[in-house]
Amino acid sequence: MSTFDSFKSLSRAMFLGFRRDKGALFFTVLFPLMFLVIFGGIFGKQTTSKVNVIAVGPVPVLEQALAHDSGGGLGKTLKLTRKTDRSAALKKVEKGDADAAVEQRGNQLTVHYSAADQVKAGTARGLLDSIVQSANQAASGKAPTYNMASQAVEDDSLKAIQFFTPSLLGWALASAGVFGASQTLVTWRTKGILRRLRLSPAPISTVFGARVAVSIGVALVQLALFLAVAQLPFFGLKLQNAWWMAVPMVVSGVLAFLSIGMVIGAWAKTQETAQAVTQLVVLPMAFLGGSFFPLDAAPGWLKAISYIFPLRYLNEGMLNVMGRGLGPTSALPQIGVLLGVAVVGAVVATRLFRWDDA
Amino acid sequence: MAYTIGVDGLRKRYGDVQAVDGVSFEVDEGEFFGILGPNGAGKTTTLEIIEGLREADEGEVSVLGLPPWPRNARLLPRIGVQLQASSFFERLTAREQLQTFGSLYGVPAKKADAMLETVGLDDKADVPVEKLSGGQAQRLSIACALVHDPELVFLDEPTAALDPQARRNLWDVLREINTEGRTIVLTTHYMDEAEILCDRVAIMDRGRILRLGPPATLVRGLDAPARISVATGTLPVEDARGLPGADEVSDDGVSLIISTRDPSAVVAAMAAKDALTGVQIHGATLEDVFLELTGREYRA
Repeated sequence: MSTFDSFKSLSRAMFLGFRRDKGALFFTVLFPLMFLVIFGGIFGKQTTSKVNVIAVGPVPVLEQALAHDSGGGLGKTLKLTRKTDRSAALKKVEKGDADAAVEQRGNQLTVHYSAADQVKAGTARGLLDSIVQSANQAASGKAPTYNMASQAVEDDSLKAIQFFTPSLLGWALASAGVFGASQTLVTWRTKGILRRLRLSPAPISTVFGARVAVSIGVALVQLALFLAVAQLPFFGLKLQNAWWMAVPMVVSGVLAFLSIGMVIGAWAKTQETAQAVTQLVVLPMAFLGGSFFPLDAAPGWLKAISYIFPLRYLNEGMLNVMGRGLGPTSALPQIGVLLGVAVVGAVVATRLFRWDDA
Repeated sequence: MAYTIGVDGLRKRYGDVQAVDGVSFEVDEGEFFGILGPNGAGKTTTLEIIEGLREADEGEVSVLGLPPWPRNARLLPRIGVQLQASSFFERLTAREQLQTFGSLYGVPAKKADAMLETVGLDDKADVPVEKLSGGQAQRLSIACALVHDPELVFLDEPTAALDPQARRNLWDVLREINTEGRTIVLTTHYMDEAEILCDRVAIMDRGRILRLGPPATLVRGLDAPARISVATGTLPVEDARGLPGADEVSDDGVSLIISTRDPSAVVAAMAAKDALTGVQIHGATLEDVFLELTGREYRA
């Protein structure tokens, strides 16, 4: 047997220990996924609703317009319900269930609206007005003097799911990494496992290497699960070309957060202290590092603060390659920062490291 | 012949406390050696220096002919250490635990089942360590110390916090390990344990070795009285005092206890009076040795 066999066997032991820990499984895997489902569900479906118009009795102008609506432009903005009971229709408008009620007597079109929602009422009036105008223009038999051609531009605003998938994943990785490392180190020390390991001929680097390998493995599973869920039609994540750069991002993020956790674990005397300090580090980092809300619109000072946190770089890098569709090299500076954090953390943790409590 | 362990003039200080204060002894190959003493006597520190977990302030240590400090990767595969705490990886079964520790020494995974059998845990192979009883966990930790077949085994208070039955079971396991030819060094604060298991015992108190030798020799070296007890009422106290050879007589309402340096004369006289109902005779124990050496009652 070689060092590599020890490494494999230790990795297996640690992985089994993780898999059987229902609490850890919940908090590292399920809990962030729940956030993704909730955030993706709430913010993902934010589209402006159609203008809701009730036609009272026959309204030929409207019917004609809808019949000639070849591009479907009108159907996308207008939802038409037909009613014969005029007072019931007006009641609906009063209560806000419909945006406008429209009736036609001869050539006269009357629009009833409520002043409560100015924007909706304005939209309904404008829409109906344009229908009347084009009917007038058609009736005149002359070709229109002015024409309008419309063209959609590339949508530059980030869809909610494109933002939440990388940033909530970043938060999940940060808490799993910092928690995992600090708890492992404190538990191993207080339970005497470190001393036991020290008395075995296996190099201590093998032992820690196995722990790191397990963390990276778990993180890649988290990545796969996030991508699988976010790409469901309901959420609609569209992976950009360079999304595979998320893999090296995730690995360097895990190294950075394990390293921070090691510092906490090497310093803290008890599990309780380690847990409390971990929370103190992870929660503010998740909020201010832009895991729960985009920092694009945040004030300058908040943006400046956010760059203190390693999570900010992980979020930004993953957002660039997964959500924004920038090139693979766009994540390199962030990977560099994360690896730097990992090295500095490892050096500090080694300085603080103790084999036992005494 | 070189000793398995040689310790000479060992000293270790923690702040104001001189934990080990000039300890010297040798352990022979195949010996069952005990370090006995109350909590805080310096047993564990002495053991940790020999294992290579701590550096001595002063003194020489040689284990299997090698210095244990600094961490000596050539020595480590030849020694097995069972630590005071049950140091297990979390949420692994007994078998997985052994396989994992075995892998640190390059031991094939199938060795685990043989070890479980040695310590009588074969029916607990698939039980998570968290679900093992105190005695079972202790036996598993001994199995973990033995999984790589070491020549020299260190056991730090292996029966602490175990019930009497579990202690007895563990003693059987330890004797068997010793019979296989391994040298065992054990610390304990149980007098009876040292007396029953060890070939030689070092009695430690306040960082020093007070006496060292086979338990029987240590006890015999004492001029300690034997205690004969019978049920209260078997013999009036005055009559007991009048027995030939009786030094001291007390009655606590349950037992009448006669201290004597000539137990055969006392027992013979009691037999003549037909007063031997429920008789028990206790010889001197290591507890008496400790009392004699330190002037204080032994408290574990």
